[in-house]
Amino acid sequence: MDSYIDIKVRVWRQAGPKAQGHFETYELKHVFQGASFLEMIDILNEQLISEHKDPIAFDHDCREGICGMCSMYVNGHPHGPDSAITTCQLHMRKFHDGETITVEPWRSRAFPVIKDLMVDRQAYDKIMQAGGFVSVNTGGVPDANAIPIPKPIADEAMDAASCIGCGACAAACKNGSAMLFVAAKVSQLNLLPQGKAEKHQRAKAMLQKMDELGFGNCTNTGACAAECPKQVSLTHIARLNRDFIGAKFCD
Amino acid sequence: MWLKDSSIGRKLVMSITGTFLVLFLLFHGTMNLCLVIDDIFGTTAYNWICSMLGANWYAIIGTLIIALAVVVHFAYAIVLTIQNRRARGNDRYAVEARQEGVDWASKNMLALGIIVLGFIVLHLYNFWFKMQFAELTGIHTSMFDPHDGSTIVKALFTDGWCGIVYCLLYIVWLCALWFHLSHGVWSALQTMGLSNTKWLARIKVIGTVVATLTVGLFMVVILYFLGVNIGQMCA
Repeated sequence: MDSYIDIKVRVWRQAGPKAQGHFETYELKHVFQGASFLEMIDILNEQLISEHKDPIAFDHDCREGICGMCSMYVNGHPHGPDSAITTCQLHMRKFHDGETITVEPWRSRAFPVIKDLMVDRQAYDKIMQAGGFVSVNTGGVPDANAIPIPKPIADEAMDAASCIGCGACAAACKNGSAMLFVAAKVSQLNLLPQGKAEKHQRAKAMLQKMDELGFGNCTNTGACAAECPKQVSLTHIARLNRDFIGAKFCD
Repeated sequence: MWLKDSSIGRKLVMSITGTFLVLFLLFHGTMNLCLVIDDIFGTTAYNWICSMLGANWYAIIGTLIIALAVVVHFAYAIVLTIQNRRARGNDRYAVEARQEGVDWASKNMLALGIIVLGFIVLHLYNFWFKMQFAELTGIHTSMFDPHDGSTIVKALFTDGWCGIVYCLLYIVWLCALWFHLSHGVWSALQTMGLSNTKWLARIKVIGTVVATLTVGLFMVVILYFLGVNIGQMCA
């Protein structure tokens, strides 16, 4: 049964992108275990405001696991110790009374800290802008069933498309590589007939952008897939490799 | 050049040179097995292979290609590691937990590679220096005939306490190699794009099998000589 716990929260505080960050430990009493992790941070912020202190800046939006904003590295795991969830879906029942919980921002050169737990993830947007789309020639709307797509392929594309671009993959990767994100975004389009026409160009453009933005080289350790809140598979990385190498041989 | 300038290109170079070196090791390990067969049955298969390779032009070219593969593999490893550390940023995580399903070896490939490379230097001094190098230059680098590889190997590993130390050193080397290959082989296949939802599990098994087979071939020979040596010391 959920009960009330007293915890200590050790949070990374950093005033701005250039400021020197440090850990600050706050005591929080009587936290309901049925609360989500973000609700706990809200309660902590209320407490900080009542003490006339600066509340902790953190990203959050939908609070239902689909927007990918809640970037927090909790006790050594992106999105906390539970698997296949985002931080907003993490509950305080995963923690015990008296526990000290360490909360850090994503740490990767391509994700600079803006303030406290907020990081700049525009790098992912830039990768998307480089090729994460299908060029559409305007004209009449084609019939939805005109292009048959086998179910297994549609399923695999859908699995890839479940990526919410949260950045947990690059945050967890010891190489700071965004390969799982890029692979998912390339796969969701390259698998389908509509995206296939540009698959070589897309693989090249998105990978080139990833390298350019300072992400690392993938070494297939698999930490990304293990920490992915949407359980995107490593096999998408193999597809990206295949499409990229194929594109280079076709040049 | 995309093999140098793109992350997948650099990884492809790692996987191709790595695969080539594994194939070489499989040949080398199979050849070594002849040592045990020769010792048990009194045949001379190992020395026959040695004489076939020796310091012939094709063996020299082969050696140079293998050396080139080692250099490229290692140089790329250093560059990739530096780039990856930089990509990680200057701020490290205060708490880093282990992820389920992430092999220890996959996070320590450079360290394992350095151990393997270090022992290669010892190994070249132990054997290559006394065999191909001696044959090539005509310098007497040891008291043995450079054509008699079988005796050189046996002399090193069955030399009393010294032999035992060498056996243990080589076992450490082989263990490091096994860990390196347990990640390296399947990772190479994945990098070449030879993986999908069905094959991911399979290439991981293939990786373990290849790693175990490669290391096993060498290990059998070491353990055999270790046994022979201990037997001689007890007798």
